[in-house]
Amino acid sequence: MSEPVLTVEDLSVRIAGLHILQGVSFTVAPTGVTVLLGRNGVGKTTTLRAAVGLTPRNGEVRGTVRMGAQSLLSQRTHRLVRGGLGYVPEDRCVFAGLTVAENLRLAERRGSTPAYDRVFALFPELDRRSRQRAGSLSGGQQQMLAIGRVLLNDNRLLLVDEPTKGLAPKVVTEVAEVLERVAESVPVLLVEQNLAVVRRLARDAVVLAAGRVAWTGDAQELLLETALTRSLLGVGSAEGHQPAGPAADRQPTGTAVDRVADHPATAASAPEDGS
Amino acid sequence: MDAIILLTLTGLGLAALYFLVASGLSLVFGLADVLNFAHGLFLGVGAYATWWAAGNLPGAGPDGLGFVVAVAFGVAAGTLMAVLVELVLIRPLYSRTIEQVLVTVGLSLAGVALLQATWGADARPFPRPAWTREVTSIFGAQVPNGGLLLIVAATLVLGGILAFLRWTRYGLIIRAGVENREMVTALGIDVRKAFTLVFAIGGAAAALAGALGSVYFGTVSPQQGGSLLIFAFIVVVIGGMGSVVGSAYAAVAVGLLQQFVNYYGTSGLGDICVVALLAVVLLLRPQGIAGKAVTA
Ligand SMILES: Nc1ncnc2c1ncn2[C@@H]1O[C@H](COP(=O)(O)OP(=O)(O)OP(=O)(O)O)[C@@H](O)[C@H]1O
Ligand SMILES: [Mg+2]
Repeated sequence: MSEPVLTVEDLSVRIAGLHILQGVSFTVAPTGVTVLLGRNGVGKTTTLRAAVGLTPRNGEVRGTVRMGAQSLLSQRTHRLVRGGLGYVPEDRCVFAGLTVAENLRLAERRGSTPAYDRVFALFPELDRRSRQRAGSLSGGQQQMLAIGRVLLNDNRLLLVDEPTKGLAPKVVTEVAEVLERVAESVPVLLVEQNLAVVRRLARDAVVLAAGRVAWTGDAQELLLETALTRSLLGVGSAEGHQPAGPAADRQPTGTAVDRVADHPATAASAPEDGS
Repeated sequence: MDAIILLTLTGLGLAALYFLVASGLSLVFGLADVLNFAHGLFLGVGAYATWWAAGNLPGAGPDGLGFVVAVAFGVAAGTLMAVLVELVLIRPLYSRTIEQVLVTVGLSLAGVALLQATWGADARPFPRPAWTREVTSIFGAQVPNGGLLLIVAATLVLGGILAFLRWTRYGLIIRAGVENREMVTALGIDVRKAFTLVFAIGGAAAALAGALGSVYFGTVSPQQGGSLLIFAFIVVVIGGMGSVVGSAYAAVAVGLLQQFVNYYGTSGLGDICVVALLAVVLLLRPQGIAGKAVTA
């Protein structure tokens, strides 16, 4: 296959003394959606934030993250984003006090023409509500705004963190449709708990457990293996239950599961399982 | 009746002074999380630079256009000082609150000491246009022109800052940054440039307060900035960190309260009432009148 758009090698993140990521390595294919899975609190958000330079100040990052040939970890966030790394954070983070139009205007980047037609074609709602304060939008509309904001510019890679979190089923489908269309032109690294959405969008999957990569491979294959998804994510069926809650076994079970042989999941110094 | 009009207008004059100092302080804290104790120094620099310019700068003087030039020079000096402080001292210390407090407190002490060493600790008469010493009769009350000048200036500054926040790209960045600074950078914006800009705006407003406040009081002294700063901080907290409009309302409330209580009660009671008001606001509405959002 062609060169990956993102290469993560031996990424370790320590925040406030907690060793959250302990040598995570994976790649993101240059087309389509790669999904990053794992139980609550395993470090999915931490991984995305490390890539885009948003690790908190009391955190320490080691390893390498490259987009193409460009090393990301030493650079400041705004430069990475200007360089084509789009980030849609968990919980949307639209600017509640600004209008929809102002939220979009803020995302315009100097030196490139903002693609309002592309954004409004995907989200006609944003055009209609341009003068509404973003804080008064519904959760779904806020998510549309958060995604639209990033799509105003051309990106080399999108990092999208749980875009369907807390949304009604119908809106989840809408968001999934949009991401499907977006992924036709830009590769996406997606964190997603809703396995129905994963099934619809993802080609490759990376599963984190205990601070490491426990599994990588074909996403559809992963979803077919119920025993595997249960042990990795704590879910039985692939019907979009939240993979949270008390799960019987916290660890993937050894080599049968472990396709990434050089990163066996070890329970020894596992960080807190946030679920 | 005359007394009430007079107290209202002098209270508003005081409010104007507080607002000029507090607006910058509030924006700086709201955007950059910096408690800038050196803000009073910008006021002192503005006052002394105006004073110096009126006596020494060619083209500047204590009257007419020369006075405008002198004030412009003072404002420019305060702005420059604020930008230098941000670039040299604050920038390396972002998100290190303790160090920031130490550095800005130290700087303000050193600044006052430097002003004292250069021009002496005593208040000096401030050169000012003759008309600012006179009074205007408003509904029978004899209101000092210096106070009216402050009110006009603060109103213009308020309007200017709001227009800037509302209509310019940097204004947009500042409003967004007060809400969520990190997300601004995640949209590809170098938010630190906005920090410098906010320091410059705050420095300019404080320097103007220094110049026009000295006109009002008729004297300039090294300690002026420090005592005003305490009330400006109270105004910021009451108004809500990061809110310029909140600062304006809070400044008016504090200024009027102080004037009226000091007049009708015993002198000094007004200051205590201001602190009481602060406590009440903190108990009932800890985020201040306007919360942490810049409303333009
Ligand atoms: N700023 C921080 N300070 C301390 N601990 C943190 C911080 N950020 C994250 N953590 C911890 O790091 C771990 C991983 O968090 P992260 O948000 O990356 O998990 P996640 O996989 O995204 O979870 P979720 O599925 O719930 O979103 C958690 O245990 C969390 O408590
Ligand atoms: Mg997360």
